Amino acid sequence: MSVLVLVEHEAGVPKDASLATVAAAQKLGEVHALVAGQGAEAKQAADATARIAGVAKVLLADDAAYANMLAENVAPLVAGLMGDYDALLCNATSNGKNIAPRVAAMLDVMQVSDVLSIDGTDTFTRPIYAGNAIATVKSSDAKKVLTVRATAFAKAQASGGSASVETVSGPTDAGLSTFVGAETSKSERPELTSAKVVVSGGRALGSSEEFHRLIDPLADKLGAAVGASRAAVDAGYAPNDYQVGQTGKIVAPSVYIAIGISGAIQHLAGMKDSGTIVAINKDEDAPIFQIADLGLVGDLFQIVPELTQKL
Amino acid sequence: MKVLVPVKRVIDYNVKPRVKMDGTGVDLTNVKMSMNPFDEIAVEEAIRLKEKGAASEIVVVSVGPQKAQDTLRTALAMGADRAILIQSDQEVEPLAVAKLLKAVTDEEQPGIVLLGKQAIDDDSNQTGQMLAALTGRPQGTFASKVEIQGDAVEVTREVDGGLETVSLKLPAIVTTDLRLNEPRYASLPNIMKAKTKPMATKTPADYGVDITPRLTTIKVEEPAKRQAGVKLGSVDELVGKLKDLGVVA
Repeated sequence: MSVLVLVEHEAGVPKDASLATVAAAQKLGEVHALVAGQGAEAKQAADATARIAGVAKVLLADDAAYANMLAENVAPLVAGLMGDYDALLCNATSNGKNIAPRVAAMLDVMQVSDVLSIDGTDTFTRPIYAGNAIATVKSSDAKKVLTVRATAFAKAQASGGSASVETVSGPTDAGLSTFVGAETSKSERPELTSAKVVVSGGRALGSSEEFHRLIDPLADKLGAAVGASRAAVDAGYAPNDYQVGQTGKIVAPSVYIAIGISGAIQHLAGMKDSGTIVAINKDEDAPIFQIADLGLVGDLFQIVPELTQKL
Repeated sequence: MKVLVPVKRVIDYNVKPRVKMDGTGVDLTNVKMSMNPFDEIAVEEAIRLKEKGAASEIVVVSVGPQKAQDTLRTALAMGADRAILIQSDQEVEPLAVAKLLKAVTDEEQPGIVLLGKQAIDDDSNQTGQMLAALTGRPQGTFASKVEIQGDAVEVTREVDGGLETVSLKLPAIVTTDLRLNEPRYASLPNIMKAKTKPMATKTPADYGVDITPRLTTIKVEEPAKRQAGVKLGSVDELVGKLKDLGVVA
């Protein structure tokens, strides 16, 4: 089987999620990686992708139309290349989820979303009902289109490979959409989806000020990323890209510390594969304690500062 | 401008799904069903567009069993104008739903199709993007803000890094994220009024769409369960445990 992986990159570096997707793709066959972007950054990302262990060839598509990964422009490029491939694998990230189904429909393929494991060339497992059930599905489509859950696969090594880089071209600007701008949260902390430790806050924190006053110093002490429950994001205590859960980010750090989070199933869906789960909550019957390895019942406004100070 | 809003009848989001003993799926007998929460947000956004004068008519459509009528009536009670039920008792995959919606889009010519970004049962997150591909329209997925600007729509999207704004030429496809709006409750008079609003019933065959599934579900299992751990007595104990885990320098 020949497999194409759509690589996501930032500042000339392939994202960690793409390393996991490459690892998943290797289970299916020979892996070629597509880097779409513009100019020196795209070139740099292609060179870095060529060094990923397990990548046999890199395809570089350099055009202003691909600079912001607009689905209207990138999907036709990918679909055009799929004549040579049996499968397309994308990250189950906001970019992958945006682009992959558009490609799948262009190829008349039913996509398999959020793949957790690859059991042969046409059989995959995936979570349904917020991860309360795991379905094993078999695809009858001639070509496969998958999005891959990064936390379910061990990342491919970022170095050790020496693939060739080939330039490809595709349709240019479809003229349907334009990128207006982005407001990205700038942070010195590790990325939420790949951090080894995550400290998450919930609605019990009560305000944006308290959220940052209590959660941030603890995260900094632990070198952790900061997450939040949907309730905390909806209430405006934390920005949307902090949200962990069924429809937010899926994380599986070594240690996940849930502070003032009751543990709705939608939240658990995003973090229950973490190594060790620590819960701090004043309600000893909170559902979060049913899955937490270490629980501390009490007032977070006393516990968290004390914890930060003692670490 | 007409707005088309596809809605899906799914398990109520407060219900904990239970996997059937025989491993064929999730048990939905006697389980409370509701409109997919993301679709409710889409209906609400369509109504707000109409209230602002940007939309003239709201058509809601559902692909599903006869019971999906209830979901459509809910949307009509919220403020949609008319409904189309494409009745199918078998499960219809996102690709086939997108094909049916393409047929409805060709017929109705909406300026915007507003969909939920994903259904909380199969969690596929595909239908809107697929519809956009099949109709050749631009897509604004995971929207937290939708603003009509002349012959374009500006969509602010919730993405992994924060927020991103794109401008799409109309007609366009938009999928909703959680923070786009807070859906209203239907008032009793509006629930009564909704009973007389028009609802057409169709079948996939009426649109000439083959809905044969491409994926076969081999089995459905419960995920590995986590065991509840220990409750600690003090912060000092937690500090000790965190040190044991090697997360503290």
